[in-house]
Amino acid sequence: MRRRPNVLAGFGSLVWLFVVGLPLYTMLAATLQSRSDYAASGPLGLPRHLTLQNYLDDLQGGFGQYFLNTVIVTVSVVAVVLLVVPPLSYAIVRSRGRTTDLVFRLFLLGLAIPAQAVIVPMFYVISKAGLYDNLIGVILPTAAFSLPVCTLVLTGVMRDITPELYEAMAMDGAPPWRVFVQLVLPLSKGGLSTITVFSALQAWNGFLFPLVLTQSDETKVITLGLYDFQTQYGINVPGLLAAVVLSMIPILLVYLFARRALVQGLMGVGGK
Amino acid sequence: MTTTLATGAVTRRRPASRAGTAVTRPGFAWALPATVFFVLFAIVPLVLVAVLSFTRWNGLGSPEFAGFDNWNRLFDDPVMVKSLWLSLLLTLLGVAVQTPISILLGVWAAGHQRNRAVLSAIYFVPLLLSATAVSVLWRALLDPNFGIPAEAGWLFGDGNLFGSQSGAIGVLVVVGAWQFTPFHTLIYQGAARAVPPVLYQAAAIDGAGTVRQFFHITLPQLRNAIITSVILMVVGGLTTFDTVLILTQGGPGTDTTISAYYMYQKAFKGFDFGTGSAVALLLVLVATVISLAVVRLSGYDRMRSTSEGL
Repeated sequence: MRRRPNVLAGFGSLVWLFVVGLPLYTMLAATLQSRSDYAASGPLGLPRHLTLQNYLDDLQGGFGQYFLNTVIVTVSVVAVVLLVVPPLSYAIVRSRGRTTDLVFRLFLLGLAIPAQAVIVPMFYVISKAGLYDNLIGVILPTAAFSLPVCTLVLTGVMRDITPELYEAMAMDGAPPWRVFVQLVLPLSKGGLSTITVFSALQAWNGFLFPLVLTQSDETKVITLGLYDFQTQYGINVPGLLAAVVLSMIPILLVYLFARRALVQGLMGVGGK
Repeated sequence: MTTTLATGAVTRRRPASRAGTAVTRPGFAWALPATVFFVLFAIVPLVLVAVLSFTRWNGLGSPEFAGFDNWNRLFDDPVMVKSLWLSLLLTLLGVAVQTPISILLGVWAAGHQRNRAVLSAIYFVPLLLSATAVSVLWRALLDPNFGIPAEAGWLFGDGNLFGSQSGAIGVLVVVGAWQFTPFHTLIYQGAARAVPPVLYQAAAIDGAGTVRQFFHITLPQLRNAIITSVILMVVGGLTTFDTVLILTQGGPGTDTTISAYYMYQKAFKGFDFGTGSAVALLLVLVATVISLAVVRLSGYDRMRSTSEGL
């Protein structure tokens, strides 16, 4: 079908590009100037003397540590998720027991629990467990709250493995763990990368659990660092925005190199 | 226990494979670690929030049973009642602003043209940022002294958007839309791509132009996507927290103190964890009721397929 170019849509798409792009441009421009230059030229002015000093100051001013804490949290959350979700999904898809059916429903129910609803009892549980102001106390609830989506995604992917493949392995007399390692895992690679990215994003961008479960500088993650920076030195706009950019860099890198997995991870949908 | 479950599962199943070999199946043990973990850190807290809402607890020591005290005070608390209305208002405004934009963008992005793919990739960026980063960024951009309002006074009046209720609500709605429109755009993009092309071909033969095709084919076909997206907006909107904490701190006064923020205030600033729990539980109930209502009213529960009659 021949199509006329849609002028209205073209115009609208440029308007939205402006809406999305202006704040991002302003942010980048601000981070590349000194505070006095920024105050003089304002947020919409063109930066004249470019400098990376804001970034260096942030990294020396604690953001290096926060960055490291966030990496620890993220890697641990992903590790926990990858350790418990694949066996769970395998059991849900392949076991005929009624218990696993119930378990699946429990996780579906979990989709509807917002983290905001449980921060008070979470604070109670984590304090009683002696994990307050400890990164482990952030890792555990963060991982638990990525489980429902990850389970849903991976179960969906594993359901697509055809019964014939299982039967072929059964003929060889393979026990469940060999079926799992040699058949299920290799055929779920797409789903595994989706849940990796999803849980990593949840952990990297997580704010609520660190906010109520940690307090000291040694356990501060980057989102909390941004919040503190803003409340304490909000007047240093270039430094603050440089910290925002620093917090985005890893995600932007993933977006550049693994866009598909990232988009699917964000949507929490099947990765194929 | 695991073995009995596993063998029970095998016998209950029909004599499985054609070859006659018994297919070995994983037992419940495979699901156990994840289940225990999830119960401990998600289900137990959910039950505890209900329990704690009937107690007095200041964060130290042990909670004491308090009967319906927290709940009774909650419904007499004008700030609480106001916060519920504000939550609903913000959610409603969010849906009203984001839905049309994301439907248009989603349908537009569903086209396979190269330039659309490139622009869509850029549109996506706000979704990559944490809500914290987004809020901090906008707070700096909209700063009355150093931000854009200070330069573009003709557009922003006195420049202090955070000083009036309508200004602060406007900021929250705009920032929410800026961040979450890409997410809903993706939902609509996927749905628009799933519309059978034969429908458009038929419409084109009947002489329907782009606009009529949009209203008579695309929109009706997007129905399920609209319901999904609206439910996600409702749940997300009612539990909005980071944005309020960073952008307005619930102010001016309590003019943007929505329920999720009020809960945080009560519990972690006022050290009244019992009342905080009650607010949290109330919020979950409201979100669930509204989601169910959307599902019911839209007929989504009857699962009518949009490809019926094709």
